[in-house]
Amino acid sequence: MSDERTLDLLESKIEELRQLDSLDGMDLSGEIAKLESKLADLRRELYANLTDWERVRIARNPKRPYSLDYIGAVFSDFYELHGDRMSGDDRALLTGMARLDGRPVMIVAQQKGRSTEENQERFFGMPRPQGYRKAIRAMRLAERFGLPVISLIDTPGAYPGLESEEKNIGGAIAESLSTMARLQVPIISVVIGEGGSGGALAIGVADRLLMLENATYSVITPEGAAAILWKDKERVPDAAAALNLTAPHLLELGLIDRVIDEPLGGAHKDFPSTANALRDELVSQLDELQQLSVEDLVGARYARYRNAGRVRQAPEPGEEPAEDPSESEDE
Amino acid sequence: MSIFKDRQYVRVNVERESDDSLWMKCKSCGELVFKRRVRENNNICPSCGDYFFLTAAERLASLSDNEAYEDITQRIVSDDPLGFSDRKAYTERLAEARKNTGMEDAILVGRTHIEEHPVIIAVMDFRFVGGSMGSVVGEQICHAIEAAISDQCPFVLIASSGGARLQEGMFSLLQMAKTAAARGKLAEERLPFISVMTYPTSGGVQASIASLGDIIIAEKGAMIGFAGRRVIRDTIAEELPPHFQTDAFALEHGLIDRVVGREGLRDELASLLGFLVIST
Repeated sequence: MSDERTLDLLESKIEELRQLDSLDGMDLSGEIAKLESKLADLRRELYANLTDWERVRIARNPKRPYSLDYIGAVFSDFYELHGDRMSGDDRALLTGMARLDGRPVMIVAQQKGRSTEENQERFFGMPRPQGYRKAIRAMRLAERFGLPVISLIDTPGAYPGLESEEKNIGGAIAESLSTMARLQVPIISVVIGEGGSGGALAIGVADRLLMLENATYSVITPEGAAAILWKDKERVPDAAAALNLTAPHLLELGLIDRVIDEPLGGAHKDFPSTANALRDELVSQLDELQQLSVEDLVGARYARYRNAGRVRQAPEPGEEPAEDPSESEDE
Repeated sequence: MSIFKDRQYVRVNVERESDDSLWMKCKSCGELVFKRRVRENNNICPSCGDYFFLTAAERLASLSDNEAYEDITQRIVSDDPLGFSDRKAYTERLAEARKNTGMEDAILVGRTHIEEHPVIIAVMDFRFVGGSMGSVVGEQICHAIEAAISDQCPFVLIASSGGARLQEGMFSLLQMAKTAAARGKLAEERLPFISVMTYPTSGGVQASIASLGDIIIAEKGAMIGFAGRRVIRDTIAEELPPHFQTDAFALEHGLIDRVVGREGLRDELASLLGFLVIST
């Protein structure tokens, strides 16, 4: 986003002035104040009018807080659990116990890397079958000991490739969906960045689905949709808009429960306030869920997913003009 | 052209063949074959043995005792929840698919018998927007599972799908969770679920309901996998073996129980049901 870069540039200029200001007797405070107010105006303007594609880019911004940042700031005493007990320990998907407001919970979270080395280790946050199998293991463990599950979603998607297919990535995702659908403890999922298709949903079957304001959640990337449906790479912004993948859109469509506000410019601009907002929301949602009996909890979750989708009655055979397909759909 | 030789199915656009022509050309061996013989032969080319797509209705009939089944497909259509339009409006794509297939969406649900075993079968049809799973397909699969629970009989899914219906966005993605949840209810009832993967079973369908069968059978020539060659090429540019995501690959890596030829599928299902149906 070029405008975003302009703002960053302005920000660093102000910082320079501030350093000069403190160096010797030069009084630049008037200048600084002017620039700061200008910066605030520009930022408000920019973020009030974000396109959906711009939001995708914020969701993917490498400065954005990742799962481990939230795990450190929102929870305490994180105790990581490693390995699926079959083929390895996926570093793109973390599991472990932690405390939320004193209460023990199980965390299942996708983790991206920032540096090249980190991303080599974490496969850019794209879990492989062993990651989903570790998640299933952790969730079963949580169920046995009555720990609520909190999942943090931030992935471009499941890792595509030969090894993944050989180890049945599709089967692992399916197994995770089916495990979560019937799990006997509360599940809260939060999309903190990128919600990439089946690889995201695989840890996102939940009693409550929350999204950070600038997170996205989609059946396919805008790039993928542009290539497949538009056959035109230039149409990525149109694809992003058509997919309705932003948190405000998904809230309006009734597909998520809550949007957690971010500071202007994104969660990384004021991480402590974002983390606090997330903690408050998780605590209050968990309070509600923990009042339900297991039967009511799992029953409500079933109903939630059983009713997912939008269909309508088919028109009676006579009602539908068969000749012109372009007219046959509008009733 | 070597990749085409591995492929057992041949895509034919049945609609483009005028109905009065008696012959069709097999795209695999090039032979002109008598249409009626192809139909009578389960849409298998009598000359080279390659498979043509079966329509959902043909498939249901081919598996049913006396080729008779009760169509219990719900009369529902997509609501186009996003008002989606790419190069073409989604509603227009749907109308065309309806016109070309005579179906309301990419799936049929039948109540039928296989060698006297009562069974509910859901059959996906690749001709309808690539057999993709949107709100309607997800709903029909749940409806089929609920019918099996109410009849206390097994459920069979014949999958043929490219994956999620992209034009319904997140509504489609959620069908993976929806069908997986319904499948859980069936398991709690201890009713068998046999999943048959045909060409192709991929993406969100392979990563949900199709992979959750108690027994998973692949029809000979099936393509089975989550992310296709194109996605892998665009994402990580990895070298892939020639038999990648074929029926043989799926069997070798333990994704499925066995591979069965189309002509043997009905007998195979009958003997499986004989093992799994708990007699009272």
